[in-house]
Amino acid sequence: MATEAVAERRSVGHRLAGLFNGRPRLQVGALLAGPIGWLVIGYLGSLAVLLVAAFWTVDPLSGEVVRGLSFENFQTLFDEPVYRDIVGRTVLIAALVTVTDAILAFPIAFYMAKVASRRGKAILVVAVLLPLWSSYLVKVYSWRTMLSTDGVINWALEPFGLHGPGFGSTAVWLVMSYLWLPYMILPIYAGLERIPNSLISASEDLGASPFTTFRRVILPLVFPAVVAGSIFTFALTLGDYITPRLVSNDQFIGNVIFNNITNNLPFASALALVPIVVMIAYLLVARRLGAFEHI
Amino acid sequence: MRTHAKTARTAWLIVGGLVAFMLLLAGCGSSDDDSTGNELQKVGKGEGQLNLISWAGYVEPEWTEPFEKKTGCKVNNKIAGTSDEMVQLMRSGQYDGVSASGNASARLVDGGDVDPVNVDLVPNYETIFADLKDQPYNTFDGVNYGIPHGRGANLLMWNTNDVKPAPTSWDVILDPEKAAEYKGKISAYDDPIYIADAAVYLKAHQPDLGIENPYELNEEQFEAAVNLLEEQRPFVGEYWSEAAKQISAFAGGDSEVGTTWQYQYFELQGAGKPVAASPASQGFLPSEGATGWSDTWMLSSQAEHPNCMYMWMDWIVEPKVNAQVAEYFGEAPAQSLACDQTADKEFCTKYHADNPGFWKRVYYWETPLADCGDGSEDCMDYNDWVQAWTTIKG
Repeated sequence: MATEAVAERRSVGHRLAGLFNGRPRLQVGALLAGPIGWLVIGYLGSLAVLLVAAFWTVDPLSGEVVRGLSFENFQTLFDEPVYRDIVGRTVLIAALVTVTDAILAFPIAFYMAKVASRRGKAILVVAVLLPLWSSYLVKVYSWRTMLSTDGVINWALEPFGLHGPGFGSTAVWLVMSYLWLPYMILPIYAGLERIPNSLISASEDLGASPFTTFRRVILPLVFPAVVAGSIFTFALTLGDYITPRLVSNDQFIGNVIFNNITNNLPFASALALVPIVVMIAYLLVARRLGAFEHI
Repeated sequence: MRTHAKTARTAWLIVGGLVAFMLLLAGCGSSDDDSTGNELQKVGKGEGQLNLISWAGYVEPEWTEPFEKKTGCKVNNKIAGTSDEMVQLMRSGQYDGVSASGNASARLVDGGDVDPVNVDLVPNYETIFADLKDQPYNTFDGVNYGIPHGRGANLLMWNTNDVKPAPTSWDVILDPEKAAEYKGKISAYDDPIYIADAAVYLKAHQPDLGIENPYELNEEQFEAAVNLLEEQRPFVGEYWSEAAKQISAFAGGDSEVGTTWQYQYFELQGAGKPVAASPASQGFLPSEGATGWSDTWMLSSQAEHPNCMYMWMDWIVEPKVNAQVAEYFGEAPAQSLACDQTADKEFCTKYHADNPGFWKRVYYWETPLADCGDGSEDCMDYNDWVQAWTTIKG
């Protein structure tokens, strides 16, 4: 009797093991069900809801959301010049931040990957990652203090008769470039690491100048990594609304979404589709440029 | 190549199925929030918990700890920064009550997010100042929706080193000619409700517009207010919505004059900064009057702890507690008996708590509605205010 009960109890685990035994697809399926479910429901699902909500409207009298098919929100988006300005400003700053970060990141990444000693390399990687350990808000507020009229930037520039940029779009560009720089350095560093030194030597042996080597050998090989980094800097700038709020009076797409979210959720949803469309376009171009070939 | 195409097809099938599923969900979702108004008839035993949404400084340990001891209701507080945020949090249905300003209360009532409050169950309600009872921001169709908490006016604050002589009117920041003098140093509140500040100014300076209530503006009056703020825009150094942001702007010399709350004014004064606000000799208000707030504790229609909430609403207007809250925050108490309990015996006089005449010049925040108050639907509703605010800031 007793042994039968034990056998019974065991058999559940056994049967489960038996079920998975020799069925690799089932094994992989069970392993991935959680993460994939999270991705599909948590990410794609909420995007789908957003897409649907953009076609709803708000009843002006009761403030209730009216569920139906209407293009009213998109009409407003296209007709009101202020939204075009805001989208234009956001995309422009995102592009500027991306270019700035690429220019700043390249020499640092190159030094890390090709010049620094093993020890120096480790120190530099930590130095690049270090800012990511402190809170985003602390960093933005620090910039706010530095950029203020009585702040350290004006103090340092004063002897030269100069003024800091103060609060405004320039400040947003500065702060965002600072915030997202590590996200550009790391992919470029990884891309440069993958280029064998022998290719650079070969180029030199064949008589190419350092500039030609850079232009014809290094740049083409590392370009996909730059594009991959730019996806981070571009997308992060496009979606941020706290930095613009703290260091400027300018509205970005995120600010307008935030302002509308309680009162007019459908309009906020329609606005939220704008960065998604911009990002899809950006990713398609990035794919053309080969950013995903090594992933 | 073939497997690639197959994978792609599967992926599209999944995405398509998902979208269809979401559409189905969206279509089926029904809104059944008809509040039947089943008022509590008797406050029963506390449920042991109380979840509140409040303005910073309204729910502090000094008066929540004795409350917890007395009632056994443990207070969990969530601080909100704006009225919009309060409305959003209340709609989550996870809270028992909120300290709503007038620009949230009507929206909460309309949305069925709050229930009527039986004031007979709140013994301390009786001695609340009469001019706070049955007001359009706490009573709807003759039904009480909450207990008044306290009130105050938005202030005009300036840096005494930079702004001379001391301004006595909002024209220092709203008249384009005068505002130009402080270009880049003006501080304005970053919220659509700030349009009402312009309306208060126009009410005094352009009487031919016929503005009565700065929250009930017809198209012409609204246009005038919006235009005024668009003219002000180039002179504004900073729009603020977080108190901390404005404090750092005044402390760091980025702002020299603008609209503020008691909280920031006290903080800056406490830090020894050279700031001033309209003094007692001017009745604390610039000549045009000012916008302000009169807050109401409201009961969520989805409250899980209604008994605790009723006990809280009585507690917060208990004379001693209401005096504590009012002095802590810097506002006029709602409870008339609180004036005997304040640490500063002059407090109620200073804050005009028992001076109804003073409050006639303070325009409490209200939710702008299409209904102009006289039944006509010609007024600009809050949606228009939000859109206009986006346009003003550009």
